[in-house]
Amino acid sequence: MSSSSSRANSSAGAALTPSSLPSPSSPSFLPTPASSSSSSTSFSSTMTTTTTASNAAPLGDSASWAVLLVATLVKLLLLPAYRSTDFEVHRNWLAITHSLPLRQWYTEDTSQWTLDYPPFFAWFEWLMSQVAVLVDPAIVVVSNLEYASSATVTFQRLSVIVTDIVLFYGVQQYVNTFRGNKDLYKSFIVTIFIVLNAGLLLVDHIHFQYNGILNGVLLLSIAAIQKGHDLIGGLLFAVLLNLKHIYLYLAPAYFVFLLRHYCFAAASSGSGSDAASVQRSRFVIGNFLRLGAGVAAVFALSFGPFLLEGQLGQLLSRLFPFKRGLCHAYWAPNFWALYSALDKVLIYAGPRLGLWPMPEHVTASMTGGLVGDVSHVVLPTVPPVATMVLTLLFMLPILVVLWRRPTMPMFLRSVVVCAYASFLFGWHVHEKAIVMVVLPMSLIAVQHANDGKWFLLLSASGLYSLLPLIFEPREFFVKHLIVLSYVLLVYCALRVLFRGLALDRSSGSRAPFRLNRLEKAYLFGFAAVELYTEVLHPIFLPNWLPFLPLLLTSVYCSAGVHYTFVRFYNESLHHWRASNLSPTPSISTSNASKRHS
Amino acid sequence: MNSMELQSALASSSFVAIVEQERLQSQAAILVATLALLVRAAVGLYPHSGQATPPMYGDYEAQRHWMEITLHLPPAEWYHNSTSNDLLYWGLDYPPLTAYGSWLCGAIAHFFDPEWVALDTSRGFESKSSKAFMRATVLVSDLLIFFPAVFLFCRQILADFTRSKQIAIAFMILLQPGLILIDHGHFQYNCISLGLALLAIVAVMRDWDILGSVLFCLSLNYKQMSLYYAPAFFSFLLGKSLQSAHPVLRIAALGVTVIATFALCWLPFLTSIDSVAQVLHRIFPIGRGLFEDKVANVWCAVSVLIKLRAIFEQALLVRISAICTLLAILPSSVNLALRPSQTGFLYALVNSSLGFFLFSYQVHEKSILLVALPASLLLASDPLNAVFFLLLSTASMFPLLHKDGLAIPYAICIVFFVIVVLHMLNVSLQACQHLTTIGKLQLAAVIVCFSGLHLAWYFYIPPAHLPHANLLLFAVVSCASFVLFAVYFNWRQWQLNGVPTSTHKLKHS
Repeated sequence: MSSSSSRANSSAGAALTPSSLPSPSSPSFLPTPASSSSSSTSFSSTMTTTTTASNAAPLGDSASWAVLLVATLVKLLLLPAYRSTDFEVHRNWLAITHSLPLRQWYTEDTSQWTLDYPPFFAWFEWLMSQVAVLVDPAIVVVSNLEYASSATVTFQRLSVIVTDIVLFYGVQQYVNTFRGNKDLYKSFIVTIFIVLNAGLLLVDHIHFQYNGILNGVLLLSIAAIQKGHDLIGGLLFAVLLNLKHIYLYLAPAYFVFLLRHYCFAAASSGSGSDAASVQRSRFVIGNFLRLGAGVAAVFALSFGPFLLEGQLGQLLSRLFPFKRGLCHAYWAPNFWALYSALDKVLIYAGPRLGLWPMPEHVTASMTGGLVGDVSHVVLPTVPPVATMVLTLLFMLPILVVLWRRPTMPMFLRSVVVCAYASFLFGWHVHEKAIVMVVLPMSLIAVQHANDGKWFLLLSASGLYSLLPLIFEPREFFVKHLIVLSYVLLVYCALRVLFRGLALDRSSGSRAPFRLNRLEKAYLFGFAAVELYTEVLHPIFLPNWLPFLPLLLTSVYCSAGVHYTFVRFYNESLHHWRASNLSPTPSISTSNASKRHS
Repeated sequence: MNSMELQSALASSSFVAIVEQERLQSQAAILVATLALLVRAAVGLYPHSGQATPPMYGDYEAQRHWMEITLHLPPAEWYHNSTSNDLLYWGLDYPPLTAYGSWLCGAIAHFFDPEWVALDTSRGFESKSSKAFMRATVLVSDLLIFFPAVFLFCRQILADFTRSKQIAIAFMILLQPGLILIDHGHFQYNCISLGLALLAIVAVMRDWDILGSVLFCLSLNYKQMSLYYAPAFFSFLLGKSLQSAHPVLRIAALGVTVIATFALCWLPFLTSIDSVAQVLHRIFPIGRGLFEDKVANVWCAVSVLIKLRAIFEQALLVRISAICTLLAILPSSVNLALRPSQTGFLYALVNSSLGFFLFSYQVHEKSILLVALPASLLLASDPLNAVFFLLLSTASMFPLLHKDGLAIPYAICIVFFVIVVLHMLNVSLQACQHLTTIGKLQLAAVIVCFSGLHLAWYFYIPPAHLPHANLLLFAVVSCASFVLFAVYFNWRQWQLNGVPTSTHKLKHS
């Protein structure tokens, strides 16, 4: 009916925003952020909502459970989808851990997919193999390579879906720390962003991996720290490192934060908001020893048995195979993708401009179907140590800021920046690692309109870059629709959140959630990339530069990842100065002052 | 729940409230369409009918075979038996528009890989990419025809509702499980014929009668089963014409439109009477018997006790079923012709298609989709019964879907649909306390039947002399509930007459 009356009501609705005050009489699945409607009946119901909403109903929970239910249904629908070799990798690990004694876990090499995750993950596989053997005893036979009976497929797929409960539990633990009356909507959309994350759907439930449970442990660790339990958070992170060592990417942020926040106590009652407080704080040897001993115990538990067998070197060589190249078969959208693309451009441009002759030995690699692991021709070849130095260099500024201001928001930002830096500059980074950036970033996305914007752009560029991972024609529509609907969902949810926050006088942030022209153009540009890579190139230029579609995809996505990295990093560095940027300073400061009383 | 209650229920759902307040209508519409497409695409990952089961395969192979035939043979041979067109192997038995559609898809397939549709040699061809292509053709047809039709219906006909409520209703219509499972799981192109029929419904409800009749003829010429709607269309257009200033002129114009559209569709086959007769013979195969498999209609249900096919001759059965069908649809048609109204038309569509489904000759279990479409349109005026009907109609196809290996998507699609409906209608457990006694009984009956049938399917092992007991159980229980629904929907249509025209006629904006 009339748009005019709804506009008139929207101010009444705005009084309720930003959030999500549930109507206690009608538990629906979603918490309503604010209802304004043209019909008079619903308007009156809105009014009752306003008056009675303060006794927050347990509605947030039912909404979260609904999200979990929907996510599970989607995952079940993906049961027969394409599986990568990672499926066989994990089946093989089930077999190894079930059928072989401990001392052979890291030496067994019947399959080429040897166990190359840390010991706790091996134990996790061992645990699952106890069920697997009941489902189909043939799963756990080491020599049974490429075994994939329908029972095996169902069991392994279900094992990912079931262990995702840890992810859900982790999100719940995290949002419980800030779920007040006001932030119900915030906690709800954080739940959506993580539980329905398109990256996890593609990587875990189509490609096949166990990132859900791993990131669940990460969230549990973050939630523990958020609640002020630094020690538990640190130990959980140590456990996580022993589940999958790629989380070393985040270790610098954890190290600096725990050292500064847990092992140093603020001498004064001040919250330590300036550099001077560093001098005023004193080292608490007890906490330091507690944390050190705890972490050492976790590692001893994990590596100890193998140390006793004298296999530490063997184990480490499995975990860190430095024989691999700078880029993976398909370039992750990081700095090295741009670097390698520039190299390719120079190979062609140089001879044309008369700068150098066309190198002969590269023509073969230039016509390969996949973007292979090429050594650079014109630009200098990058040694592993250079990537490590560059990564640490980019982590340094935020770590310095974190040292000066060890607050929870700053810690989260440091975690994200560390993940970002490792993804962008690391050695042999896989495109799947973008999920490690996107997931912690979803916790920050709801803090400030700009954070939300960077999260949206990062989701679009990072998740789009995952599409080539699933290359069979059957999943063409499924994978695109998963990413498209996720990005749309993120956009709508954030727009609702930040419009509500902008209208709410009491909230600190009033910046609008608005994309500028360039950012909009970038998002719509994905349609052009899609058109070129999937339609124009294969039909009209089938034999010309076969690597070009993949190169274009990773360069275009890389542009978006870099852009959000620079903008987000820049804002995070200034974050501690501008206190109004932080909507939830109370949590961190209260924790810091409570800690050692 | 009536239309007023629906309005407030929708308004209190958070989806509608958020979209309304934030003016996210366009984004919400796109999101709804994307999610509906995602469910379809994901169901398409599951096996299709007759996957890897030679020699006959299933409906998927039929559609693929038609692409092969229409691409490689001239239209004159499409419906005729010949050395290169063995009619016993999935001979073309749909009207010309389907054939043209097959030709178009066949041409595109030929462009990608001639092997997919090579004459004779491609029988039962199932490569990864050819399957992806076939699935894509359904998905694209759905997106291009059925989706716009649904959004157009909500936009044009449900003008009483705000845009965000229209989107909510469109979401529920798009998520009806039966259509998704049959088109994207089992493999058919119902989205095209039903989409065209829905466009025709929108047109005649907006009084664009000529356009409406063209569209309905197209639907008929895509799939002859759209005849189930013919009585409703006929009565509605007749009734409207009779009330107009120049009834004869309007009827003549409609007649000319229909004849012209048909002539155009049949152009390649108008060479001789024989040619037309052959096509007709293919489209209406009398010889196939009263019913196929175990379908939830009256004849199959009665056959449990009385072996009709053994007692009566085929010609007599044809006549009996024709008379019964006519009797079943007559009340609703006469009522609509005398008092044409918008809501009346929607009920008449349900009543005539349900009459056909229950009583006509040679009914397939999938034909219930023809009833489900207009029933889903009633979501806006009679939501609870529409939802119950959609669920029951999907359940009636469970044996077929189970045979196709679609039991998992079947369960998931139903749960998805129920979640969306519960959210949009803001139904909670407490709301059940406010149901009337009849409502409670209905709910209980649906739950008991639903779970009972499925439990029996998996856990009850039938005795040796009744190997199809579970199948029959599904057919008989579904049939009984359809009969009850037929009575109810007819009663509702007649009830409308008691109300002055202005209130039950949905207004235009």
